[in-house]
Amino acid sequence: MTGRELTCEEVIEQLFDYLDREVDSQRRADIERHLARCRDCFSRAEFERRLRAKVEESVSVRAPQRLHRRVKDLLDRFDADETNSTS
Amino acid sequence: MSASSSSGDDRARHRQRRRQWFEREVERLMDRLYGTALRLTRHPDDAEDIVADAIGKAWTKLDELRDPDRFEGWLFHILNNTFVSEWRRRQCRPKMADDSETCEPDNLDATSFSLFQQLHQPFLLWWGSTEDRFLNELLQDDLQRALDALPDPYRMIVVFVEVQGYTYGEVSELLGIPLGTVRSRLNRGRTLLQKALWKQAREAGFTVAFRGTEGEPP
Repeated sequence: MTGRELTCEEVIEQLFDYLDREVDSQRRADIERHLARCRDCFSRAEFERRLRAKVEESVSVRAPQRLHRRVKDLLDRFDADETNSTS
Repeated sequence: MSASSSSGDDRARHRQRRRQWFEREVERLMDRLYGTALRLTRHPDDAEDIVADAIGKAWTKLDELRDPDRFEGWLFHILNNTFVSEWRRRQCRPKMADDSETCEPDNLDATSFSLFQQLHQPFLLWWGSTEDRFLNELLQDDLQRALDALPDPYRMIVVFVEVQGYTYGEVSELLGIPLGTVRSRLNRGRTLLQKALWKQAREAGFTVAFRGTEGEPP
């Protein structure tokens, strides 16, 4: 533990570093201690976490069938080249 | 059977097993590879090119992969590098009229803005949370539109950090820019993204009780 409790301003200022796992374990523990007792900062952290999860979901897109076929053709070509070079 | 034809058969079987394993792994990751490439490039055709190119590179460099359990991270790293190289190549071209959106990102209004602060009404907590309502009503299409509207230098860092979980140091290395620049671009990217989401939400009729029409992005 560090010697003093973090203020709300300090926690908000470092919130994204915390969510991005860019703080050391000591600072992480200090922030989590604050979040456990401060409803406003906890709500803010939860909001940013949930928004981030939505951003993460934004890459959930179905790849088109033609891309699957293109990749298969590409690997077939590599295979054929390899077979020819070793025969 | 001669010794040479037997070793030839072994090689063929090994090649076949290797191909099957690679294809299975790639198929498992294909949707996310394409989705990531689509968020990075914003264009379906470009996204397909980047994915196919990255998979081709991965196949030819497969012997360099020491630990098969790290295949996913390794392949995504190749995808990101492929995108960054292509992006840099395009940046070197003489600027076309439609490239303007990627120019001078520092001129964009990225003054401090917090979506949470716009939404949060502590005195309304017993009525339910406006933040919850906003997140529940936020559609993936809206989010994709807001992400796609970010200029390239910001969007790619938001995708690397928020989607792929890269550290600031890894992004700095990947893009060849200082850590401070990664931090400032990420901060601006998030600010612009939250402003865009707020603007979209208000245009779609989202209201915060007791705020009336206040709370326009600054």
